[in-house]
Amino acid sequence: MVLIMKRIKRDHKLRRFHQAKWDEPIIFEMSNKGERGILVPKAEDEIVNQVGDGISKIPKRMRRKKSLNLPEISQARILRHYLRLSQETLGADLNIEIGQGTCTMKYSPKINEELAKLPQITEIHPFQDESTVQGILEIFYKTDCFMREISGLDRFSFQPGGGSQAILAMASIIKEYHKANREDDKRDEIITTIFSHPSDAAAPAVIGYKIITIYPDKDGYPDIEALKSAVSERTAGLIVANPEDTGVYNHRIKEFTDIVHAIGGLCCYDQANANGLLGVTRAKDAGFDMCFFNLHKTFSAPHGCGGPASGALGVTKNLEKYLPVPIVNFDGEKYFLNYNLPHSIGKVRSFYGVTPLVLKAYAWIMSLGEEGLYEVAKVAVLNNNYLFKKILRIPGASAPFIEGKQRVEQVRYSWEKLTKDTGITTEDIQNRMFDYGLHYWTSHHPFIVPEPFTLEPTESCSKDELDEYISTLESIAKEAYEKPKILKTAPHNSVVHKIDYSELDDPEKWAITWKSYLRKTKDR
Amino acid sequence: MKKLGLIINPIAGMGGRVGLKGTDGDDIVEKARSLGAFFSAPNRAIEALRVLMDIRNDIEIITCSGKMGEKEAKKFGFKTKVVSYIENRPTNRLDTMNTAKKILEQKVDLFLFAGGDGTARDVYNAIGEKLIVIGIPAGVKIHSAVYAINPTRAGELALLYLKKRITRIQEAEVIDVDEDAFRKGTITTRLYGYLRIPYERRYLQGLKIGTPLSQKTSQEAIALDIIDNMDKDVLYIIGPGSTTRSIMQKLGLPYTLLGVDVIKNKQIVHLDVSEKQLLALISGKLSKLIITPIGGQGYLFGRGNQQISPNVIRKIGKENIIVVSTRQKINSLKGQPFLVDTGDKELNKMLKGYVVVITGYYDRAIYKITF
Repeated sequence: MVLIMKRIKRDHKLRRFHQAKWDEPIIFEMSNKGERGILVPKAEDEIVNQVGDGISKIPKRMRRKKSLNLPEISQARILRHYLRLSQETLGADLNIEIGQGTCTMKYSPKINEELAKLPQITEIHPFQDESTVQGILEIFYKTDCFMREISGLDRFSFQPGGGSQAILAMASIIKEYHKANREDDKRDEIITTIFSHPSDAAAPAVIGYKIITIYPDKDGYPDIEALKSAVSERTAGLIVANPEDTGVYNHRIKEFTDIVHAIGGLCCYDQANANGLLGVTRAKDAGFDMCFFNLHKTFSAPHGCGGPASGALGVTKNLEKYLPVPIVNFDGEKYFLNYNLPHSIGKVRSFYGVTPLVLKAYAWIMSLGEEGLYEVAKVAVLNNNYLFKKILRIPGASAPFIEGKQRVEQVRYSWEKLTKDTGITTEDIQNRMFDYGLHYWTSHHPFIVPEPFTLEPTESCSKDELDEYISTLESIAKEAYEKPKILKTAPHNSVVHKIDYSELDDPEKWAITWKSYLRKTKDR
Repeated sequence: MKKLGLIINPIAGMGGRVGLKGTDGDDIVEKARSLGAFFSAPNRAIEALRVLMDIRNDIEIITCSGKMGEKEAKKFGFKTKVVSYIENRPTNRLDTMNTAKKILEQKVDLFLFAGGDGTARDVYNAIGEKLIVIGIPAGVKIHSAVYAINPTRAGELALLYLKKRITRIQEAEVIDVDEDAFRKGTITTRLYGYLRIPYERRYLQGLKIGTPLSQKTSQEAIALDIIDNMDKDVLYIIGPGSTTRSIMQKLGLPYTLLGVDVIKNKQIVHLDVSEKQLLALISGKLSKLIITPIGGQGYLFGRGNQQISPNVIRKIGKENIIVVSTRQKINSLKGQPFLVDTGDKELNKMLKGYVVVITGYYDRAIYKITF
């Protein structure tokens, strides 16, 4: 008898998936007294005589009196613990990462991770003498030069450890600038738009600015007439994103910056996500005085769960003196840290930048070159507009604002019609997407677009992957009309089926440390 | 055992299907019937009750006899207590009000009612803010924020509240349209008051937009901004609405929810003024008017604040009008401008344009006004 091997059919469009389920305890609950990962042998006398006991050199006041309360677990159990947890997540390396629009979840080449893991990077310290870290300082300096080319601005600082910190630095520079002109007292307003990132309003508010928000006009662009009525001698500056979170590009942006400059304000560009604009437009040409790029978005350094991040902050020549210190300079022979900026806003963070991220961004730019960066933008915009066209064909889906025109790198869509027709909400659809192992995000504030979802395919998705995502959404929308119950009870293939987050904003119910969890659950 | 009040306004929604814009008034109900309308509200209520089947044994429904609740409650086998009776006759708004009062006496944990804006008004007139309620949308006119976006969601919200998964409460507007005017093609909405509903950001019509801040926190932030910037010896005229009221609450002053109050130097000058009183008070004095958009359509003037007449507005001056609004409210307008309908065309034209809206502490929006 001859056994014939069957070919597995793979012509179904929708992926079959089931999330792994582990009843995995919190690591503290796994602790057994005395259990160890590695047993470190006691140093022999001969060694102790030579180098000391390793402890006595530490000043007494700095020595810990009690040992740390860490879980005590063997190495094998720790490995299993984290591998199980990883199986329960839906990360960017696992699913087709289109669903987290505004975040630019692109593919981050693993080779760049390897570079960042080299001991030459992991073993250096920011307090090291400049002469011993010339290599990494050179990378900082050259990345600064790349950023200047990309933005048209004149100088960059890598100190801000993320987008919001970069916005805070920009707002602080605005303040210092007006202080130098003795206008700080009266200029207390920052203007932004409702679809700029919420941090563009939040960060300047932290240092005491009043925030004035512009809404879209009837065509869906930021309302220029509203801007005209908003500016006054009280205006300190403008902080906006463009394209906005809707993917709409404000083509009159130069008029915006002109209006603000005319009354003496400064203009700041939130380019956290510049993925659709690399090599296409520049901050300087649109009239901006400052901008920042998130290296962990556009420039491929991976991110998630709050870090690591880097907001590369750029300014025009006349604002360089306000930058946070130190910045990396080059005197023709050697690289050095320049603290000599007498008008500096000071520090927004320690040291001079998140080194591994700057390195990854540098490597990414070097690997692509000038044409490669432009290609990134073109493919990201092409992918997005392919997705855009296809999604608008799904019954019940729409994209408010600038109807009939193309978007840049992302789109904020709406299921308003589908919800009205079927009662199925964007959240129900999110739950159903998990059944196919796909991430889908329901968007952050402002909550103006009803039943929203924001998709951003970046340049990393192939056409096949885009098609899989689209087919899945199509199938789910069809279910909404034909058998809505399956969506109301979704997800069916996940570990946790319903999350009750009605108390999520109640601090009494938060336990962010093991200690507070024990305290808050003591009597229950 | 939880007590759940239930009223179904059986005639709610009948007018809509036959193009009558509502069923307020017996003759209209008759007309709707003659045009072939049928009872749809009971089915809407059933959709909501179905969600509560899981906890059926833990609930006692307090309701009115027959088609105003009893029938539907018993259909699902809920333990049912009838506290008011309708004979075999057409129902009217008095039945709603009487039953609501009886339900109030029974101290229910939650009160569900199926109807439209008229029903919400009747419930409000009967119980005020004394009970926690949820509206099941079944009427033609649903402008009031007390209604969930659909009946199933009303049921889900009730379930979450009864299971104590939601504990926060918020006030939601009861708004109604003048049906006669509506039939003639003009829309005039009025704010009638507030009912207390469970706060759950996903479920309520108009409030589903959600926000990291609760409605109350946003209103308090606005109030603090206003209070910190109040000028000495200036008369402040506080218009109706829950956002403007939070200013009075923060100042520890009494207030008139649906009326206009006047203060100076953080003290009461006059409560609940009429247009005439207002004119007398502001004559020759620097005064500022604090208003908030009222009603589902975002009216600044001409809806529920008629005391602030064209004469008053002109005396105060456009530059002294301070508009306050939570972000949620602006966002719920979905880009539609604020509206003014002062009854004075010239004044409407003067008010048209852009206005600075105080949306929080040190937080403003520039928003369009039109008429």
